[in-house]
Amino acid sequence: MTILLALAISLCVAAGTWLLLSRDVFRLIMGLAVLGNAANLALFMAGRPGGMTPPVIVEGAATLAADAANPLPQALVLTAIVIGFALLCFGLVLAARVSRAHGHSDVGAYQVSEPQASPGQDATKPPLMD
Amino acid sequence: MMLVTIVLIPLVTALILAAVGRRLLQTLNILSSTLLLGCALWLLWQVSSSGAQSLALGAWPLPYAIEFYADGLSALLIVLVALVAFAVQIFQLGWRVDCDEPAYLALQQGLIASAMAILLAADLFNLYVWFELMLMALLGLLVLPGRTRNLEATLKYFALSMLGTLLMLAAIGLIYGATGHLNFQALAQAAEREELRQSLPLFSGLLLLALFVKIGIFPLYAWLPAAYHTLPLPLLALVGGVLTKISFYVVMRLGGQVFDLSFVQEAIGWLAVVTMLSGVLGAAFHWDLRRILAFHIISQIGYLLLGIALASPDGATATGFFLAHNMLVKANLILIAGLMWLGMGHFDLRQGGGLYAARPWLAVFFLISALSLVGVPPSSGFWGKLLLLQESFDQQRFVWGGIALATGILTLYSMVKIWLEGFWKPTPATSPAPAVAMPPAAVFAVALLTCAILIMGVAPDPVIRFLQAQSLHVWGV
Repeated sequence: MTILLALAISLCVAAGTWLLLSRDVFRLIMGLAVLGNAANLALFMAGRPGGMTPPVIVEGAATLAADAANPLPQALVLTAIVIGFALLCFGLVLAARVSRAHGHSDVGAYQVSEPQASPGQDATKPPLMD
Repeated sequence: MMLVTIVLIPLVTALILAAVGRRLLQTLNILSSTLLLGCALWLLWQVSSSGAQSLALGAWPLPYAIEFYADGLSALLIVLVALVAFAVQIFQLGWRVDCDEPAYLALQQGLIASAMAILLAADLFNLYVWFELMLMALLGLLVLPGRTRNLEATLKYFALSMLGTLLMLAAIGLIYGATGHLNFQALAQAAEREELRQSLPLFSGLLLLALFVKIGIFPLYAWLPAAYHTLPLPLLALVGGVLTKISFYVVMRLGGQVFDLSFVQEAIGWLAVVTMLSGVLGAAFHWDLRRILAFHIISQIGYLLLGIALASPDGATATGFFLAHNMLVKANLILIAGLMWLGMGHFDLRQGGGLYAARPWLAVFFLISALSLVGVPPSSGFWGKLLLLQESFDQQRFVWGGIALATGILTLYSMVKIWLEGFWKPTPATSPAPAVAMPPAAVFAVALLTCAILIMGVAPDPVIRFLQAQSLHVWGV
């Protein structure tokens, strides 16, 4: 189980990083989503998954059963998934708006907020945006 | 009780502001900010009279409950955040550009609430959640004006901040997996365990890396000058003055009370001086007031990092003082830039001028804050830098101290640039818009912060003594 999860995490990190390095804005957002899943899996794995008994102290006993599931990482992962999903939705809408405003999805060419000096101009005094 | 109130006031206000009509917005907003400032002062008084305050939420015993915790440094920073937020809200009464969206004030209160909560959180996962909330509020604020440049800046900020929070989440997962704890105090005890000697530095190092993205240190600061200058100006004062410093405070607290991070101390020292230099050189390159000030944020972060790299009680006191001073000065300088914009009609220094003749009092406000940022006596910045330099020379860190001094001169250069271009030279014939009247509320906000800076400059003793009495620890020294 642990080995499988570790493999899945490393795969997600590799794929996420690869997508993140792309200049296409949608690939970038997807890369963040995949990386987010890797982080969630890491958090999930931190609870040592495998215990199947519900984490409830049965009547008469004083402590949890030895193979009780750890509920905390599940709660943490659930929170992280919700937050990550909200941010992913925001990111996708943002990417759609930005690429529509520019007419293309090349992140490297998004320079309205940080204008570069054009060849004729004095390079030390970049033109301003407004 | 006080600890929750500090977070609840802005949070509840945010919810109310999202629901009420336009006419009530400003009144409620100012009321809530005043209340918050009062509560923050009360908390500071409580902490200084009866020691650190702790609150375990939800009837669980402590290592398992979610804890809010305020020691001297966090109480002091809470007061400063509340003060800057208060001044910014007053400033906004007289500032209409880009601030008129109904959601603007509500999101801003959300930002203040999450900043307060980060200062109070004593639980790693809770910390992460508040960081995400801060990110969400700021993303909303960045995107709100809706022009292409705002969308672009939001995208750049979003991509890098998300990467930072994902690293943070992964680090928290690994730390929890290794220690079984999330509470700071329990983590500090777990960090002593022998079997974690090898692995824990790796995990806490990852957490540190994530925080470095949020703070914006040397190779990781690209998002800051790409995004901050597109914010509406009063918000830039709040965000630039406060937000990155809050992430820095988290490093101070984690490094001081939780993990032993001394293995990166030397590296942080060098990163600090490179951060200082690259920030100030970026500022020297630009002509846009907002971009100059955004780059100075990075430069000042270098000084803060230098303070923790010195890893001594004196270094920590100096860092605390510099942090407090810098929040006020940075926010005030950005607000003054707003007044200069009203006077010049442009953020481009080359196209403005003649402000000294037109508004001598604005020149006085600017000089006080600018000289304080540079570190000319008697100003709050002088004492902050003096303490830092004294400690670095005491520890024989001559290169670090020397670069810090050189950065001071370069800071002076870019402040003089603003002075000569904006205030001293006559108004150029092609000057764009005619000067408009300064709204009294905005001038009052700047005067308020200037008074706070002057008081810290003339009488730094109470603050320094207060910080010394907290016996701040950095890197377990």
